Amino acid sequence: MATDQIENSPKVSYQRRGDTAQFALSGDWTLIASSLVEDQAAVIVSEGRGAARAVIDVHDVARLDTAGAWLINRSRDELAHAGVDVAVEGARPEHNLLLEEAHFRRFAPPARRKGNALVDMFAELGRLVVTGFRDLHAGMGFLGEFVADVGRIFVRPWRFRGVSLVFHIERFGFHGVPIIALINVLVGGIVAQQGIFQLRRFGASSYAVDLIGILILRELGVLLTSIMLAGRSGSAITAELGSMKMREEIDALRVMGLSPIEVLVAPRVLALMVALPLLTVIADMMALFGGLLVSWVYEGISPAAFLGLLQRAIGRNTFYVGLIKAPFMAFVIGLIGAMEGLATEGSAESLGRHVTASVVKSIFMVIVLDGFFAIFFAAIDY
Amino acid sequence: MNELRTTTNGAGAKHAPETVIRVRGLVVGFGDQVVVDDVDLDVYRGEVLGFVGGSGQGKTVLMRTILGLLDKRAGSIELFGKNRDSLPEEERHWLEQRWGVLFQNGALFSSQTVKQNIQMPMRENRDVSHRFMDELAMLKLELVGLPADAADKLPSELSGGMVKRAALARALSLDPELLFLDEPTSGLDPIGAAEFDELIATLQKTLGLTVFMVTHDLDSLYSICDRVAAIADGKVIAAGAMETMLASDHPWLHAYFHGVRGRRLTGALSQRKDETWKPAPVTR
Ligand SMILES: Nc1ncnc2c1ncn2[C@@H]1O[C@H](COP(=O)(O)OP(=O)(O)OP(=O)(O)O)[C@@H](O)[C@H]1O
Ligand SMILES: [Mg+2]
Repeated sequence: MATDQIENSPKVSYQRRGDTAQFALSGDWTLIASSLVEDQAAVIVSEGRGAARAVIDVHDVARLDTAGAWLINRSRDELAHAGVDVAVEGARPEHNLLLEEAHFRRFAPPARRKGNALVDMFAELGRLVVTGFRDLHAGMGFLGEFVADVGRIFVRPWRFRGVSLVFHIERFGFHGVPIIALINVLVGGIVAQQGIFQLRRFGASSYAVDLIGILILRELGVLLTSIMLAGRSGSAITAELGSMKMREEIDALRVMGLSPIEVLVAPRVLALMVALPLLTVIADMMALFGGLLVSWVYEGISPAAFLGLLQRAIGRNTFYVGLIKAPFMAFVIGLIGAMEGLATEGSAESLGRHVTASVVKSIFMVIVLDGFFAIFFAAIDY
Repeated sequence: MNELRTTTNGAGAKHAPETVIRVRGLVVGFGDQVVVDDVDLDVYRGEVLGFVGGSGQGKTVLMRTILGLLDKRAGSIELFGKNRDSLPEEERHWLEQRWGVLFQNGALFSSQTVKQNIQMPMRENRDVSHRFMDELAMLKLELVGLPADAADKLPSELSGGMVKRAALARALSLDPELLFLDEPTSGLDPIGAAEFDELIATLQKTLGLTVFMVTHDLDSLYSICDRVAAIADGKVIAAGAMETMLASDHPWLHAYFHGVRGRRLTGALSQRKDETWKPAPVTR
């Protein structure tokens, strides 16, 4: 602790002569002494009270800094308020300067808001609901802006940033292949294992292949890939745009007459919309492969038999159902990521908050969207 | 450490200047680029050293190396008479509390208010009451010329000049003995810059502060710097009192101090008569 370092701790020696209190200060009156200086200053105030006159002699103070000077001045002020006639004496020229520089002034106490915990809780809830709707409103606005700007690209296709698009497809798509492939092999295997295990009790374990095929192609493949992409790339979009916003780079684009949506957002969102369907195809294949392996090892269904059963269980539409959803999911992830990024304010904390919000919101929206698609496909009997 | 303490406020420092920063044979580079090449530099206790040099000449790099933020390729750096490389962890920690640093861009913590920023070093390294910390923070704020209502603002809500001042207040938080300033007056209005200079001069007088100041501000150099050192092409090309610098005939220094702005300050400008622009003579 700081006090280990002081050889010369601050001291006050006190004498009472008639109605005059005499304080002789010595040692280092510096912030290194931490609470020791504060304690010594408190001694001056408590002992000086009640005297008619007080003299604070600072001649023997070895070292003084603004903290020490402030405390001496504060004690003096407090004594003066208690009706004591105080004088500070014997200051060396450099200490005098410092005492003057750190003269006592009263600072307004920091405003502290008083509130009722229950009321605060409801207020917080209300605020949450309102911000929820505001987010929705802002999201719609952003969607409109995005569509308008992308529309402009169609009118002037030479303005489109092709290189940027390809670069982001590589980042979001190609570099995501290993992890997406890995988790889908695992999930395919787990679904197969559970399916076989549960259906075996009904003697229907070969139906596990139907389960694997339909579940993975219709739902799991695209859902897992979307969630992975939201965590991997949606967050990256938010962090990139957010830190650009913090360093005024977005403003710099605006004043050059460039639209940040056209330059930054459109290539990223479009790249996601290309990358996600491609990744979904890979995810589907890998998950089926995982299912195939587990069925073979676990139930002795040979690969040839597995493929035969699979062919009977699914149609081409099963595959398309999953694939159709992919670009929509990508669109939502990209849009939320970009929106959160552009909503970042000046602080690092705000950036962190928006990255979290981006991932949470996009995963939530992906699942909601998937629900709507399920209802829709059921309704059109696809 | 004891002997350092006693010289702090002794006027004897004037007779035999104690070296606070001693740099010898320092080499720093990035990849193929050698930014600081075999530099020697001394900073004495109680002085304000102005460090000048063109943009990108390595002023910030040298300062960051002294602070231990960048690795050096060769050479030694002694602070308060101790080589920081051979210092045990504990003592290095103490060393770091004896200096204050003002970074070129302020480097305030963006998620904390100005007041919290100023209190950060105290909160971490000193054991003092909340009330005292609040008062000290407000005092520092006032010393650097910020209004009291800036205390509860976030760095992103400050103007560029206010960021500089708040960062200085944080650098002064622990009343350091050694102050590093990277272009403290850039981005301040001339009146503010003059106040800043005056503040540093006052602090230097009262606290016996040693100041290492990177600056481009000729006014600061004239008004508060005891000595000036100049860096160009990775070397310290001159170091000494202002007169030595003015007398130097190194082309960069000459251009720096005797250029239009420099002359204006030295008063030499008034001696020139034909200030008006004339078209260049037509040559055939
Ligand atoms: N992290 C880094 N990586 C690579 N090169 C760097 C790095 N930091 C600085 N440099 C290079 O070192 C050189 C010196 O930079 P430095 O920041 O010290 O300049 P300066 O003298 O402070 O200039 P200014 O007056 O503009 O602040 C420059 O050429 C710069 O490009
Ligand atoms: Mg610099």
